[in-house]
Amino acid sequence: MSSVTMSDNTRMGEFWRGVRLSIPVVVASAPFAILFGALAIDNGFSVAEATLMSATIYGGASQLVGIELFGQHVAPWLVVLSIFAVNFRHVLYSAAVGKRIDHWPFLKQAIGYFFLVDPQYAEAERKGENGEEVTFAWYMGMALPIYVFWVAESALGALFGRLIPNPHAIGLDFLLPIYFLGLVMSFRKRPRWLPIVVASAVASMIAYKTVGSPWHVSIGALAGVLFAAAMPVRPDETVSADDTAEVVS
Amino acid sequence: MSTTLWIIIAGAVATYLTRIGGHLVISRFERIHPRVEAGLNAVPAAVLTTLVAPAALSAGPAELAALAVAVLVSLRGGLMTMFLAGAAVLIAMRHFIG
Repeated sequence: MSSVTMSDNTRMGEFWRGVRLSIPVVVASAPFAILFGALAIDNGFSVAEATLMSATIYGGASQLVGIELFGQHVAPWLVVLSIFAVNFRHVLYSAAVGKRIDHWPFLKQAIGYFFLVDPQYAEAERKGENGEEVTFAWYMGMALPIYVFWVAESALGALFGRLIPNPHAIGLDFLLPIYFLGLVMSFRKRPRWLPIVVASAVASMIAYKTVGSPWHVSIGALAGVLFAAAMPVRPDETVSADDTAEVVS
Repeated sequence: MSTTLWIIIAGAVATYLTRIGGHLVISRFERIHPRVEAGLNAVPAAVLTTLVAPAALSAGPAELAALAVAVLVSLRGGLMTMFLAGAAVLIAMRHFIG
């Protein structure tokens, strides 16, 4: 059991616990960072621009959508709007994670929200649900390695990416969906998980075929969330620590 | 300033707004309604599903097999095990089927 007071020792311990959680994310996101770098060059970005995009936007799916639209010479405002649409899910992460970190000083919160990517949100949420405090040291311990590797590997991908002989053969294009599917599965103990997933899947597929990308992300997500909110509230369905215990990977 | 740079900076600002925006809006409410709470609980599964489903829609046998194996492995193993198993199936099947 950790003590209630926050000494430098426990702060370091928290930081390294965060670093440990970052390892699978660093490994899993490496192909996407390299892929992004390579595709960015293909679509007319310079190495510096590709690296800057990773450093400032720091959102893989939105960056890939952004450079693809840029390469198709879509109007700049539409590229920005698409990046916004793909990242719109973070509004929901931010709302959910806010109650876990609102005891941090303002500047730390402002910094923390910058690093609020999918796995960061998932781990913060899991830590909070297990009844543990989401500390700034732990949060940055997880965030910094993911961020540093993301930016560095984007640059590497931009420099060397076109040396990959056959991206299709090594599955580069489909690793992202597999990874996201794993994240979906990790939330399966939550109330009404399956109907929510079905609602989002159906809505996003219909939106993908009709409205088109990237709006299927926001539309599909909204369908699942609205479905969950519209269902009758049952008191026995609150999420407990037990529900998420086996999620830990 | 080049168009590319403008897109990157505007995209970064838009992205940061999404990451801080939810908190700024929700924190104005003193108590969270149970329905809002239920909706927020659904967020990760709902959002992440939309990043998988359309990809599955246009997937071939190799991709579908990879997703199926990933689901099965995730019932027992952790995220990394699942990811490696799915990737292995994908690469192997693409190698043999094309």
